[in-house]
Amino acid sequence: MTDYRTFLGEYDGKPMRIMEVCGTHTAAISHCGIPSLLSPKIELISGPGCPVCVTVTEYIDRLVALSLESNTVVATFGDMIRVPGTSKSLQDARADGAKFRMVYSPLDLIKLAREETDKTFVFAAVGFETTIAVYASLLDELIAQGIRNVKLLTSLKTMPLVIDWVCRSKSGIDGFLAPGHVSVITGSDLFAPIAKEHTIPFAVAGFEGEQILVALYALVKLINAHEGRVMNMYPSVVTAEGNKTAQKLIAKYFESSDAAWRGMGVIPRSGMKLRAEYEAYDAGSENLYSDRGHNAQCRCAKVITGAEKPSACPLFGSVCTPQTPQGACMVSSEGSCHSYFANRRR
Amino acid sequence: MAHGSGGKETSDLIASIFAKHFNNPILAKMEDSAVIPGCARIAMTTDSFVVKPVFFPGGDIGKIAVCGTVNDLAMSGSTPKYLTCGFILEEGAEFEAIERIVASMAKAAKEANVIIVGGDTKVIEGSGGIYINTAGVGFMDVSGFEASSSFCAKGDVVILSGTLGDHHAAILSARMNIENEIKSDCAPLHVMASALVQSGLKVKSMRDVTRGGLATVLHEFAVASKACIRIEEKEIPVSPQVLGLTGILGLDPLYMANEGKMVTVVAKEDAEKALELMRKSPYGAHAAIIGTVIPGDTGTLLLHTATGGTRTLTELYGEGLPRIC
Repeated sequence: MTDYRTFLGEYDGKPMRIMEVCGTHTAAISHCGIPSLLSPKIELISGPGCPVCVTVTEYIDRLVALSLESNTVVATFGDMIRVPGTSKSLQDARADGAKFRMVYSPLDLIKLAREETDKTFVFAAVGFETTIAVYASLLDELIAQGIRNVKLLTSLKTMPLVIDWVCRSKSGIDGFLAPGHVSVITGSDLFAPIAKEHTIPFAVAGFEGEQILVALYALVKLINAHEGRVMNMYPSVVTAEGNKTAQKLIAKYFESSDAAWRGMGVIPRSGMKLRAEYEAYDAGSENLYSDRGHNAQCRCAKVITGAEKPSACPLFGSVCTPQTPQGACMVSSEGSCHSYFANRRR
Repeated sequence: MAHGSGGKETSDLIASIFAKHFNNPILAKMEDSAVIPGCARIAMTTDSFVVKPVFFPGGDIGKIAVCGTVNDLAMSGSTPKYLTCGFILEEGAEFEAIERIVASMAKAAKEANVIIVGGDTKVIEGSGGIYINTAGVGFMDVSGFEASSSFCAKGDVVILSGTLGDHHAAILSARMNIENEIKSDCAPLHVMASALVQSGLKVKSMRDVTRGGLATVLHEFAVASKACIRIEEKEIPVSPQVLGLTGILGLDPLYMANEGKMVTVVAKEDAEKALELMRKSPYGAHAAIIGTVIPGDTGTLLLHTATGGTRTLTELYGEGLPRIC
């Protein structure tokens, strides 16, 4: 047993709530059994960093509608297929004639589009800074190869302002395990102003169990010392300024915009959209803000903002399971509800 | 394509491919059913195979169709003896591909020491797909042997026959055009199972680890046996190549499909001997003791993680990956 492990296991100070923002961290924390190594005084809360989970229902509805249009095929990462919209998921709509393909990378669209030129492929472009960089690469390729039958239905989110929203809400978060992948692109400095303003510490961490434990140790120390600053504990890949090339590529195609978040509503300037000059590649992403889940009791919104744990939802584990997801958080393996359910976390 | 008509084209297909490769005296009679010697107790099973792509590193749909059914028979403690096979071919299926698959089945059947005694072919509309069903009979020729998923008891030891996730990773790599060294582990496990069955060791449960992965199988053992099973992440063999791929794609080897792996639960005093038997058997070189049945919540599977934490494992939820075997 190393010191930080003993410290985290036996910690008996002020109770604290630490939010892991990124869905990959949520999955890694469950995967490594981290909660079993923490004192009951340290509570981990999953944040709004699973792209599928923060998507509003109107976006899903639009995706379903597009999949039913003639000569239009929706292409998406697997998780999105099962996320319920106001009444249906893409999968539910298959019986009505919905056309969709699961892809592993947005760049798979190049091949699809070249092979089936009579169809328009609409990619369900959700994600954060890390994935936005990939969409920018896709656009680079589409333009270079003169491919016109690919469009994006975007619901792109950026990190800092949603974290600021969580800090201002009454969820009582004491510290953040900052998203590692996003920080690779944006740089760890991105979180510094929020850390300072709210006197809340951030630790940028990798995704190995040991890296997470060390970051949690640092956070507990900083929280107790009331230090609002950013610690980069993933320096092998994250720098203070981030990846300038990726940032430039993103800025070439996308610009800041308002974005609607599940459970939080529209947060000004918290997302990105295609620049006006690339409008031809947009599949109608404007103003998809409405968010009405098909099961009124679903508490995804509260789970995403850290106000409630998945197990507090009345549907959790009974009506809502990975086979019968009522909300997005139970669909994605990075969703808090799925992660809690699959690993029997309470 | 008229090869499914039942007339001349059908008999040509049978003669030119199936009879040529599966050649044996029973099949050669071309009767409506095979009449074969039997045994007092037999094991019987069937499985259908729809893997895409049909050819992948380390195997093809034909090899899987034989090994899958042979392994199911072997896990019940029987000696696999006879198989039948049914082909469903979509229009456009290439003759050359069918022949390669049939030749591969014949080779796998030879290794598994089973005879293909009957078959059927149907052609349907489609775009070149190939699907196979195999049914199999095994002889329960070791008297007194009985294993069941419900026999695990406190103190018993869990042994895995080798690395996890190779088949799943190979299929995924083929679909994604990722070039790597990963090959499907598709293999017959009849020799390994037979070594355990005939050893007289206290073998409680045996199961081939296919779709749903190791966690799904052991979770089922824990539930059926009303036991608590704990496995050690550090002891579970996974090849570095597979581990690399799972890291990139966010997959968990514990839930990945295999086609040539088995897991067994044996009495503690027999664990080392059973491990040795498995390691000496074909496809068992990397066998390892990976866990124990402990006092604890019944119906529970726990993973002691490499990080040192404990995580509860459930059966696989969701698709994992469609059409993988």
